[in-house]
Amino acid sequence: MVHEASAPDERAEQFDAWVADENKVEPQDWMPEGYAKTLVRQISQHAHSEIIGMQPEGNWITRAPSLRRKAILLAKVQDEAGHGLYLYSAAETLNVSRDQMEADLMSGKAKYSSIFNYPTLTWADVGAIGWLVDGAAIVNQIPLCRCSYGPYARAMIRVCKEESFHQRQGFELMMALSQGTPEQKAMAQDALNRWWWPAVQMFGPPDHDSPHSAQSMAWKIKRFSNDDLRQKFIDMAVKQAQALHIEIPDPDLKFNEETGHWDTGEINWDEFWAVVKGHGPCSRERMANRRKAHNDGAWVREAATAFAAKERARAEKVAA
Amino acid sequence: MSKVDPLFETCLRLGDTALVLGQRLAEWSSKAPTVELDIALSNHALDMIGQAQLFLEYAGRVEGKGRDEDALAYHRQDFEFRNAMIAELPKGDFACTMVRQLLFATYASMFYERMTASTDADLAAIAGKAEKEMAYHARHAGEWVVRLGDGTEESHQRAQDAVNLLWPYAHELFQTDVVDQAMIETGVLPDAAAFKGEWLGEIEAVLKRATLSLPEDDWMPSGGRSGQHTEHLAYLLAEMQVLPRAYPDAKW
Ligand SMILES: [Fe+2]
Ligand SMILES: [Fe+2]
Repeated sequence: MVHEASAPDERAEQFDAWVADENKVEPQDWMPEGYAKTLVRQISQHAHSEIIGMQPEGNWITRAPSLRRKAILLAKVQDEAGHGLYLYSAAETLNVSRDQMEADLMSGKAKYSSIFNYPTLTWADVGAIGWLVDGAAIVNQIPLCRCSYGPYARAMIRVCKEESFHQRQGFELMMALSQGTPEQKAMAQDALNRWWWPAVQMFGPPDHDSPHSAQSMAWKIKRFSNDDLRQKFIDMAVKQAQALHIEIPDPDLKFNEETGHWDTGEINWDEFWAVVKGHGPCSRERMANRRKAHNDGAWVREAATAFAAKERARAEKVAA
Repeated sequence: MSKVDPLFETCLRLGDTALVLGQRLAEWSSKAPTVELDIALSNHALDMIGQAQLFLEYAGRVEGKGRDEDALAYHRQDFEFRNAMIAELPKGDFACTMVRQLLFATYASMFYERMTASTDADLAAIAGKAEKEMAYHARHAGEWVVRLGDGTEESHQRAQDAVNLLWPYAHELFQTDVVDQAMIETGVLPDAAAFKGEWLGEIEAVLKRATLSLPEDDWMPSGGRSGQHTEHLAYLLAEMQVLPRAYPDAKW
């Protein structure tokens, strides 16, 4: 831990040594401004992704084709709301308020994962999201359970348990479709066709184009590079697609005997950056829905505040 | 017309009311006033869908024609649904949802509490689970109705509008017909009329704390429990049933 009394550049050195030794940083500890800033950006972006991520799958709750599937999906989307809450709390330990983070999301200042700007057009998309998007999230997040910042690491342990549950449910949904009628199989294939590349892009830009990565690795916020995580996901997903008897929409996909990994074709990074800039098929709708829910609920939040103030006044009157 | 089995009919009434209300509550997902309320409303929707699964699964066994809970939920027409109408009305604003929850869940917690003593073991077992859930919903809704009623001018007005809108539909929950009579006589169902006074007392106590008032009892629509619904149910079912109807041979 860093001593408050140390000289400024000594403190930075002590901090670097502390995290390099795999120690945890807690909210009350001294930390470099950049470290806190990086964490606030990453954790709040992660929280926003959980909240916006409720929308694409939430789109199918009222149309889930069995009562069991409806309950599973509703509970899943509810879990994502819970993840948003844990993560907002983790970010709040860095002295940023939830109101501020929510305002940044709604103003468009804060980003969220681009994957949620794609539409869910069929029921199979619910399966594809669980299988691939929650699957990619796990690959990304398991290393975060060892993140140097204690509150984030602890939140991720809880989140990861639930994400792996979601991933299994999504895969199981895809399995039911792939063993179903010809229309259901076609639905599963179509969902994979549309979700594959966006899922591959979830790990962020390639390493040579990832501005924040090196410092995050040094601070033990990040453990593996974007490309390493992406490769891990691809190797896993290829096997799973084979088990589902559906085809990954990449004619150049092939096993590399030398590296022992699956090589993919060219990733369309132009599309990725366009979506990041807000030009995804559903970017505007997702934001509009979030703002509408927030604005529609304003009178409820105001009522709760007004009622609490009245209750306090009444209690004081009794006490006086 | 074929003879109705009162037990089958009863299971449909209980199951359909839970299902349709669950579907309405689920519409709040990602639209609630706060993330915390989003989670709470999804919980309540999950409770209702869980109850619906149990009642409809039992309905299928009682009927004995091989229909399971999904066959009953997804392959019946609107006029075959037996839910009370209060469940099918649109979700409305948050005040409507909380007032409906208060009126219905207060009733249902009292009903299921008594139904735990049912002579039908399956219904008694389901009631044991449902009773606790509904008591919790009633408490949650009561707290919110008080906050809204005694909150701001706007929230008070919205809460009063919700009470005025929903109150007439609450009476249907207490009406009995030949099906209910047969079930009450054999001790399968409790007689809801017997606790209407107690229910009214609880509702009035909440509304008083909320500075809200009850409208006059000049209109008491009913019919949902015998298949005569509002215009809203057919839309709700069209959305809910779309996939199993479009792909009748598919298993999901
Ligand atoms: Fe999540
Ligand atoms: Fe998830």
